[in-house]
Amino acid sequence: MFSGNKIKISIFFAYICFVAASFILNFNPGKLIGINFYSFSIEMLKLLPCAFILIGLFEVWVKRKTVEKHLGTESGFRGYLWTILLGGTTVGGLYVAFPIAYSLHSKGAKLSVIFTYIGASAICRVPMTIFEASFMGIKFSLIRLLASVPLVIVTSIVLGNYLTKRKYKVLPGK
Amino acid sequence: MYYLYILTILALLISVFKSPDKTSKAVKIAVKKFINILPAFLSMLILVSIILFLIPDEIILKYLGDKNKFVGITLASFFGSVTLMPGFIAYPLCGILLKKGVTYMVLSAFSTTLMMVGILTYPIEKAYFGIKVTLIRNMFSFFIAIVVALITGIFFGEIG
Repeated sequence: MFSGNKIKISIFFAYICFVAASFILNFNPGKLIGINFYSFSIEMLKLLPCAFILIGLFEVWVKRKTVEKHLGTESGFRGYLWTILLGGTTVGGLYVAFPIAYSLHSKGAKLSVIFTYIGASAICRVPMTIFEASFMGIKFSLIRLLASVPLVIVTSIVLGNYLTKRKYKVLPGK
Repeated sequence: MYYLYILTILALLISVFKSPDKTSKAVKIAVKKFINILPAFLSMLILVSIILFLIPDEIILKYLGDKNKFVGITLASFFGSVTLMPGFIAYPLCGILLKKGVTYMVLSAFSTTLMMVGILTYPIEKAYFGIKVTLIRNMFSFFIAIVVALITGIFFGEIG
C-alpha cells in the first residue's frame, strides 16, 4: 500500500516536471497537455466545492431512516423514480455523481438505486438534455432517453442483485 | 451551473440558521471527503490531459464520418469511452458532425458512451466502489450505448 502511494507521488512529480520543462523549453505537446490539465482543473473546481458542501450537509441533516425509506431495500419502484429525478438535476458528470452515490449508499440507499443514480446523472441531466435537443433535435433526445433509461434501470438491478448476493461491501471512509 | 451555487448558498444559510454546530460539522465532512478523494481526481486530470492531447477533436471529426456504419459505431463508442468532455462542448461538436453527414446512430453511440462510460474517471470510480464494480458498470454502460445507438438508427431509418 505504502509503496503504491510512493509510485503515485513519483508519477505525479514526473508529470509536473515534464509540463514545467515543456513550458521552459517551449515543447509544444507538453504545453498542450499542461493547458488541458489546467482547463479541466478549473472546470472541476467550479463544481466540486459546491458538490462536496452539499454532500456534507446531506450527511449531517438527512436521517438514515429517510433515505432507507425512499431509496432502500423496501422502496420498490418509486425508489428508481426518485433517483432518476435526483440524477437528472445533478450538475457535472460522472465525477460528481460518484461521491454523491457513495454518500447515498452509506446512508442506506440500495445498490441498484445508486447505480441507477449514476446512470441517470450521466444521461438524464436536464440542462444537458435541453442543450442536446437544441443541437440534435427533440426526436433524437427522446429516442435516446426512452431507450436508455429502462436499460439503465434493468442493468442496475442486475448488477445490484448480483453484488448483494456476493455480499459486496463498499469501501468505507471515502 | 449557477443554480448549483444558489442551491449551495441557500442550503448553507438554512443550515447555519437552524444549527451553526451542525453546519460546521458538515463543512468539516466536506473538506475531509474532498481531501480524501483528491489523489483520484489528480490521476483523472493527468489522464484527461494526456488523452485529449493524443485524441484531439479533429481526429474524432475525421474518423466518425466513415461510410461503413459498423466501423462508424465502433469508432464512435471507442472515442466516446476514452474521452471526457462537458456537454456544452460535446453537443455542439455532435451538431457540427451531423451537418457534415455523420449519422444520428453514430452520434448516439458517441454521446452516450461519452456520458456513461468513463475510462478516464476510472481512478475516481475505483476509489469509491472498487475495481470489479467499476469494470462491470462500464461494460454494462457500453452495451447500453450500443443498443441505444441501434434503436436510434432504426427510428431514423439509418439501418437496412
